[in-house]
Amino acid sequence: MIIPILSGKGGTGKTTIATNLAVSVGKNVQLLDCDVEEPNAHLFLKPAIKDRQSVFIQIPRIDKTKCSCCGKCQEVCAYNAVAVIKEDVLIFPELCHSCGACSYFCPQKAIDEVDKEVGIVEFGVRDNLQFVHGTMNVGEAISIPVIKSVKRYMNSTRTIIIDAPPGTSCPVIESVRGGDYCIIVTEPTPFGLNDFRLVVELLRKLGLPFGVIINRSDLGDEQTEKFCMEESIPILMRIPFRREIALAYSQGKLIVEEMPEWRQEFQGLFKRVLERQLK
Amino acid sequence: MKICITAEGDSLDSVVDQRFGRCQCFIFVDTDTLEFEAVQNQNASGMGGVGVRAGQLVAEKQAKVVITGKVGPNASQTLQAAGIDVVLDVSGRVKDAIERYKDGEFKSTKGPNAEEKSGLDK
Repeated sequence: MIIPILSGKGGTGKTTIATNLAVSVGKNVQLLDCDVEEPNAHLFLKPAIKDRQSVFIQIPRIDKTKCSCCGKCQEVCAYNAVAVIKEDVLIFPELCHSCGACSYFCPQKAIDEVDKEVGIVEFGVRDNLQFVHGTMNVGEAISIPVIKSVKRYMNSTRTIIIDAPPGTSCPVIESVRGGDYCIIVTEPTPFGLNDFRLVVELLRKLGLPFGVIINRSDLGDEQTEKFCMEESIPILMRIPFRREIALAYSQGKLIVEEMPEWRQEFQGLFKRVLERQLK
Repeated sequence: MKICITAEGDSLDSVVDQRFGRCQCFIFVDTDTLEFEAVQNQNASGMGGVGVRAGQLVAEKQAKVVITGKVGPNASQTLQAAGIDVVLDVSGRVKDAIERYKDGEFKSTKGPNAEEKSGLDK
């Protein structure tokens, strides 16, 4: 069972839900933090890191003794990562998507591909919970290879909870792909609702079932609830705005440990997700 | 001599576009005759690498100098490889920029004066 947690708008509480759900569910859980641009689940779970691996992408390397500067590589590059200028070929590694087209089509066979490190993946444990997250190297622009590497650690014998990055673009799609039931976390504000709508549109296009959690549910306005009703989107949980929750978060603590009564709430959430997913 | 000025429109009365890779228009002008050609920037709202493409266009058109507002790192690298001089932080009308260039008012520079992707902010 794979449960991606996503939000559209940033700062609505994805990590709070993912981490608290992960420790509430029980023994057989794995949490993947796919927000590789800014991973933060480890701040709350404090796992012991057991293994660390580099993530590489392939970028082109030109053999200038073979290159005829014909420009084919530039022509086939969809990302403007190769530029033939005068008698020289420039490679822009941070624009490269590692598609291999330049090397494949080079008539002179002057291009081979070399590894470039773009980030790392770390694997750790917290009691019985398995934890995986990725971190992009500073200056890298493309997060997909790191997200893919994190997902390669997926252990399908476990309940897998995925903390997705915010937004609705490629990194989110890569993170939620293959999910069984998605949890959207939103807040009842105009910004929250706007991005919530975008996520709904995205998940419908991907054909993934989902429900929503309304965080800070007693702030903002009624529009989010209204939207859920109109669109028949199940509301899985409402979390009111509480100073104690904000305080726990600010100190890197889990709600379910600071306020044990919440453990039951998160167990209830998991039960509702299971029921919905079976439908 | 042929120079390139980034512009918000396609005439010499247009204003200098402050972005190189994402400018609306490239104006290629012969500084002696003031004859010019305006080329719409097909990549103005492209996903990425637009600075590289812009640099290549300028090289293809064989302009010797670029006059613009800001240039990012990839565009800067491309222009340098092509041996094209760059005049940065120029504003006002294209026509006036040409005159100021001819009067020797500008100093060309090497290296970028903008962060990657900063052209998307406007």
